[in-house]
Amino acid sequence: MSTYRDEDPRIHGIKTKIRVVPNFPKQGIMFQDITTLLLDPKAFKDTIDLFVERYKGKNISVVAGIEARGFIFGPPIALAIGAKFVPLRKPRKLPGEVISEEYILEYGRDCLEMHVGAVEPGERALVVDDLIATGGTLCAAMNLLERVGAEVIECACVIELPELKGRGRLNGKPLYVLVEYQ
Amino acid sequence: MFAAENGLKGDPRLQAISEAIRVVPHFPKQGIMFQDITTLLLDHKAFKDTVDIFVDRYRDMGISVVAGVEARGFMFGPSIALAIGAKFVPLRKPRKLPGEVISEAYVLEYGTDCLEMHVGAVQPGERALVIDDLVATGGTLSAAIRLLERVGAEVVECACVIGLPEVKGQRRLNGKPLYILVEPRKIDNGY
Repeated sequence: MSTYRDEDPRIHGIKTKIRVVPNFPKQGIMFQDITTLLLDPKAFKDTIDLFVERYKGKNISVVAGIEARGFIFGPPIALAIGAKFVPLRKPRKLPGEVISEEYILEYGRDCLEMHVGAVEPGERALVVDDLIATGGTLCAAMNLLERVGAEVIECACVIELPELKGRGRLNGKPLYVLVEYQ
Repeated sequence: MFAAENGLKGDPRLQAISEAIRVVPHFPKQGIMFQDITTLLLDHKAFKDTVDIFVDRYRDMGISVVAGVEARGFMFGPSIALAIGAKFVPLRKPRKLPGEVISEAYVLEYGTDCLEMHVGAVQPGERALVIDDLVATGGTLSAAIRLLERVGAEVVECACVIGLPEVKGQRRLNGKPLYILVEPRKIDNGY
């Protein structure tokens, strides 16, 4: 695994805590398991701190996290930078009125939903997930936010899989990641 | 046990937390008044107060594990874990966790469901907190407790933001203490 940035000394500790699980959920996929990172309080704290240091003081009022692993990283970031947290969920989980954005999977489609009224026009938003692969889910997330008039400042992930070229599928929006998996 | 009866009586933060929770009638089905915490997450101060109340309670209890129940437990648990220096362990629906897991079944109104935890995430003797947004019948929390006890951890307490009337008056769940911030508000118009 190579790092994305010139080495902040915390990055090494973070990348060594991510467990790779071969052939999950199916043959050929090397699954990036962040649950082992969460078992190390220092490494987990460092992960959050790196994001908070980047986004604090940038007038970001919304952190949108993608279900479910985005719910683990997003709220601590939101709390630390003074933003609200907005969960972006699979269909039929959110109880109130929602807007939906469909996106393409390898086989078939899926859908991401956001509560109507959660985000106001003009708000500056950050999208958070544990990992970016093809970028399809992040793209759907950004579309939801832009449809209600928010400005997506950046997408933030712990891990990037550069071979899948997700970075180039974000409608020109910047991506910030802590580690790459080659 | 409710926070207001246990040292936080009259704490204005509790009222603000309660009022930030939206009630959605007839979700997911007729007759259920769904307690929607997403509106709490939109209120930075109320969300921060929620986390702070739990952190203040648990920071000196020697807790090394915060176990959060998918998915809304993930919204509260990690912040608590980070503040008290504990690890965070997600308890998930089947087939989500990639590594070797242990599973615990629990009963729903119609049928059963299952909660899973990674093998090796928690060691024998660790002191654990279980967190979810809401406790109704206690079925899910009971499954969470059993998972942790099966690997030899000691569940110190279960903590929820909201407790439904079924648990009012109960201080314990499966013999474990239960700590709840608020009960559902009586509402006329849904918010």
